[in-house]
Amino acid sequence: MKQFISFVKKEFYHIFRDRRTMFILLGMPVVQIVLFGFALTNEVKNSRIAVLDHAKDNESSVLINQLDASKYFDVQQIIQSDHEIEPIFKQGKVKMVVIIPPSFQEDLRHMNKSSIQLIADASDPNVANTLTNYATALIMDYQKSITQNQKIPYTINTEVRMLYNPQLKGAYNFVPGVMAMVLLLVCTMMTAITIVREKEMGTMEVMLVSPMKPQLVVMAKAVPYLLLSTINIATILLLSVFVLEVPINGSIVLLVAASILFILVSLSLGLLISSGAESQQTAMFISLVALFLPTIMLSGFMFPIENMPLPLRTFSNIVPAKWYYNIVKGVMIKGLNVFGIWKELLILTGMMLFFLTIAIRQFKIRLQ
Amino acid sequence: MNQTKVIITDKLTKRFGGFTAVDAICFEVTKGEIFGFLGANGAGKTTAMRMLCGLSFPTSGKAMVAGFDVYKENEKIKQNIGYMSQKFSLYEDLTVKENMQLYGGIYGKSNAFIKQKTESILTELDIKKEANVLVKSLPLGWKQKLAFAVAIFHEPEIVFLDEPTGGVDPVARREFWNMIYNAAATGVTVFVTTHYMDEAEYCNRVSIMVDGKIEALDTPHQLKQTYNAGSMDDVFLKLARKAVRTGD
Repeated sequence: MKQFISFVKKEFYHIFRDRRTMFILLGMPVVQIVLFGFALTNEVKNSRIAVLDHAKDNESSVLINQLDASKYFDVQQIIQSDHEIEPIFKQGKVKMVVIIPPSFQEDLRHMNKSSIQLIADASDPNVANTLTNYATALIMDYQKSITQNQKIPYTINTEVRMLYNPQLKGAYNFVPGVMAMVLLLVCTMMTAITIVREKEMGTMEVMLVSPMKPQLVVMAKAVPYLLLSTINIATILLLSVFVLEVPINGSIVLLVAASILFILVSLSLGLLISSGAESQQTAMFISLVALFLPTIMLSGFMFPIENMPLPLRTFSNIVPAKWYYNIVKGVMIKGLNVFGIWKELLILTGMMLFFLTIAIRQFKIRLQ
Repeated sequence: MNQTKVIITDKLTKRFGGFTAVDAICFEVTKGEIFGFLGANGAGKTTAMRMLCGLSFPTSGKAMVAGFDVYKENEKIKQNIGYMSQKFSLYEDLTVKENMQLYGGIYGKSNAFIKQKTESILTELDIKKEANVLVKSLPLGWKQKLAFAVAIFHEPEIVFLDEPTGGVDPVARREFWNMIYNAAATGVTVFVTTHYMDEAEYCNRVSIMVDGKIEALDTPHQLKQTYNAGSMDDVFLKLARKAVRTGD
């Protein structure tokens, strides 16, 4: 036990004395949450739009005011003719133009209908889509408010409710993704690199000549990263609850327990990589290519897996982060309990045992 | 000198597939002896040493280290040997003191032992002021001496030195050998591999390996007489010329 503690202590010295490592370990989760939370968001806020108001009547100005007042849009410019539309798009001044027809109020009052044209800059299709959806919704609201007292026959209203994430916040999606990414980075890449560094420096050999059992060396290496990654989980959860206002709907104990399981999977992967790699660069390269990229692409965090072709969908099943991502989303956002995520938990446990067995076997073979 | 044998090998052999790296070597090392283990690159020195340290299992033959069998009592051997590689194997981002504490801890020594031993090494090497300095900021010669002190920190019976003087200047090498003499005087057996033939002269006895076999084993003085050579360098060249294998 004393051996073990001495070794763990030394491992902490390594981490605390290396600023780069410290930064990656403790700064990374904060940086990622802040980046995804405030910069890399696909939500639409205060988008600049222009209005071409041919009607210039009461109703049209009410509508324009409502658009401007909403937090999604910011009416930047009132234009006077169709000729101005192209130039302002080309200058990139606005993302959408709302065109109100000449006899807007008349048509509404007498024919009970009118149409409004929305022209969006679809060079970014996602943004264009979101903008037109928001605008349509606002116009529908407006329509409802003016027809309140009138009886319109055969009106069918579709009412959409967004379950679990009523405001369609991006944070609900990326917080679980960032957790998976950070844990993989810290546990797998860092563990792999620190073990390979000892091989490179020749200190591993000295450890193997010592009475310290190889399994103990490896475990002692993993302990600090296990502790630090639980700090990371805490940081991410605190930031997401208090800064991004993402609730934790399910049991926090279950969430932490599942995270620790995922940490163990990542650590075993790190060990596996370190037993194969001979240099720190190789270890880093394998970690990035074999783990980080699939985690980003195939966990469902950036791109929906349902839309992928069958081979990729099948392949995504062996990406541990996919299962962890499902767990975090299930527990945090949907408030699932253990019975809702037992399949994922089982798969992760299986993966951990599998990787750990190979890693330990590899380690022993190397000693012969 | 006490005549206890601390290393005994009998037809110790290591094969990798069809390649015989170490071919039935037989030798004995006496307690407190400085035993030079020489050979060209690829002669099998490192493999032989790895077997004695318990890092590698022999294919056949017998070997006893510090009274324990290399096949069965691997763990006991590890407790009784020290090891220093050519890379000096200290943790560069730990201080001098922390390195000693780490090795003391790994060998399961008590805190009192570690404290007292650390003090005596710091005094002996005259580096009390540098006790809390990171190892990476020390000059190479100091690192080397410190690495040796750390290798014998837990007071092993035998210390294995794998080309311990690589890249160090002649003055530092001379000082280093003084340390080895001091250690041997306290009863530690020193098993050292080297490329420097002048260092071979410092050893009590020298064995020279060629192509996995021990071609010669005697005191430096006797070897020079037997091979009718003026220096150990000449002895080595005469023997190594027979080698079929080259390189690592």
